Amino acid sequence: MNTLNPYLPFSSKILEVIKHTEKEYTFRMEFKGEVKPGQFFEVSIPKYGEAPISVSGIGENFVDLTIRRVGRVTNEVFERYEGQSLLLRGPYGNGFDVDLYRDCEVVVVAGGTGVSPVRGVIQALSDMPDASDKYVVAGFRSPEDMLFRDDLKAWDSKLNLTLTVDGAPEGYQGNIGLVTKYIEGLPLKEPSKARAVVVGPPPMMKFTIIELKKKGFTDANITVSHERKMCCGLGKCGHCRVNDHYICLDGPVFSYEVAKDFVD
Amino acid sequence: MGYVLNKESFSDLVSALLKDYRIFAPVLKKGAGRFTDVDCVIYDEVKDASEIELEKKSDYASKEFLTPLSETLLYFTEEEVKEADLCEKKVLIFGRSCDLNGLKRLDQIYLDNGLAKDPFYKRRRDLIKPVLIGCGHSYDNCFCVSMDSNRFEEGYAFSVDLIDGEIHSNVLDKEFDSFFKAAAGAKELDVTPRFVTENEVKVEIPDEIPGRIITDDLWDEYTTRCINCGRCNFVCPTCTCYTMQDVFYSDNGRVGERRRVSASCMVDGYTDVAGGGQYRRKNGERMRFKVLHKISDFKKRFGYQMCVGCGRCDDICPEYISFSNIINKVNDAVKKEVNS
Repeated sequence: MNTLNPYLPFSSKILEVIKHTEKEYTFRMEFKGEVKPGQFFEVSIPKYGEAPISVSGIGENFVDLTIRRVGRVTNEVFERYEGQSLLLRGPYGNGFDVDLYRDCEVVVVAGGTGVSPVRGVIQALSDMPDASDKYVVAGFRSPEDMLFRDDLKAWDSKLNLTLTVDGAPEGYQGNIGLVTKYIEGLPLKEPSKARAVVVGPPPMMKFTIIELKKKGFTDANITVSHERKMCCGLGKCGHCRVNDHYICLDGPVFSYEVAKDFVD
Repeated sequence: MGYVLNKESFSDLVSALLKDYRIFAPVLKKGAGRFTDVDCVIYDEVKDASEIELEKKSDYASKEFLTPLSETLLYFTEEEVKEADLCEKKVLIFGRSCDLNGLKRLDQIYLDNGLAKDPFYKRRRDLIKPVLIGCGHSYDNCFCVSMDSNRFEEGYAFSVDLIDGEIHSNVLDKEFDSFFKAAAGAKELDVTPRFVTENEVKVEIPDEIPGRIITDDLWDEYTTRCINCGRCNFVCPTCTCYTMQDVFYSDNGRVGERRRVSASCMVDGYTDVAGGGQYRRKNGERMRFKVLHKISDFKKRFGYQMCVGCGRCDDICPEYISFSNIINKVNDAVKKEVNS
């Protein structure tokens, strides 16, 4: 049973710790195997439990897990540094299909830690030969809460990035306002054929989709990713179920065509 | 092959079976009920035939061997992770038609939802053989006939029906014929297990539940009536949810274990995500989530109803909330919706 037991975590070395904010670090974890942006791992620390963490970066021999220090497990993760290891299971979930976004106008709207699961998608967009029809609207609570600062700079030079914060101290030079404010003004040629990816806190997703639809986006062209409590990642524990869907199995990435009927 | 056994020969049979099997069956616990001088029928491992309660309906479902309230999965010793051991002796589980029909629902989630089979469930499942307790009559709150789970005709090892002090058994699994033949005083006779064909309580489930019912005010009542204790989930033969829980030994923080404990979608914390996010804060919303799973969402995914109509959730509810009554209310609301 040993080799087949999906509940047995494997040990993964922490290769590097990248600090974004006081509360948010990226842990670069040793990992070889197939993984897609939008998928997640169950990160476990014996004594504290397991937490589902989405993949924020993928390399040949590593995955990045961007973790916010907000719970029992994640607090303990922050006590671990380079050279030490964490126990992982996964990857789980379906992830994003990056190829969908190749030959069309694309808008990615992400809020806060919601940037993590779409970071791989945005990277793929910015690496496309012509990214002039790719738009990213990224929102954070405040300038101190910004994640992936180096990436943001790089993306800004390759595609159309709108970076905004909900609020900022006096004298802040950048955009201030919710992500929803910037959707109307996006200079899209054919919104009815454009694709959108929306990831963030539930109210942000709800109001972003309202704005996208006002602009002419179809349900089928909007993709969302959902966050839920998950104790297994395998469709057994039940916590992530919404209607007849298990977020861990059927998602976390869904077409809005399906996700619009979700009622928690 | 059928057999009729008197009390002594049934006792012989059980003693012989206990050499090869562990037996889990309903057991009457005197005075262990929720009020003074009230009894309780729970599932327990029995060591003697006299412990097995064949007349009263159990307060809890037969799932507890398969999905224990708390089960250690892994042991942690420093960097080493080891799977918990499990006694490999075969197991007989006594259950009524509702319970044994419930097994299919447990299998559905643990073995057939997603690609991975749950190994901790499977190793328990592989050990068990179900024994059918026949139902001579319907009990309080039962609505198994409406849920089409009043019969369980294939896949049990043997049946037991207590009729006038005698045990009537139909043996389906040939392996057990020798046990019955060896029981002193067992008479060979054709036996058909008893099934209930009508319940006092009946429900009607709408084929299609329109989205508007989800926001209907019929759920508001339960926001105030329900105290989200979760008992309905813990007694349900079809509820499977669990939460992972790590425990470390206070004497030595480098040694500990990971358990899974039964979870309830009615109880606080079920949906908590990092940073304080929570879904379904109101008890009425939780009730709606549970009810629609049992009579609609599960069926949409797997093609058959989840609820088996055992009525144990009604039996146990401290607020006297009736699940069958809710189903009928939903049905009425849907009818009204369709007609308007």
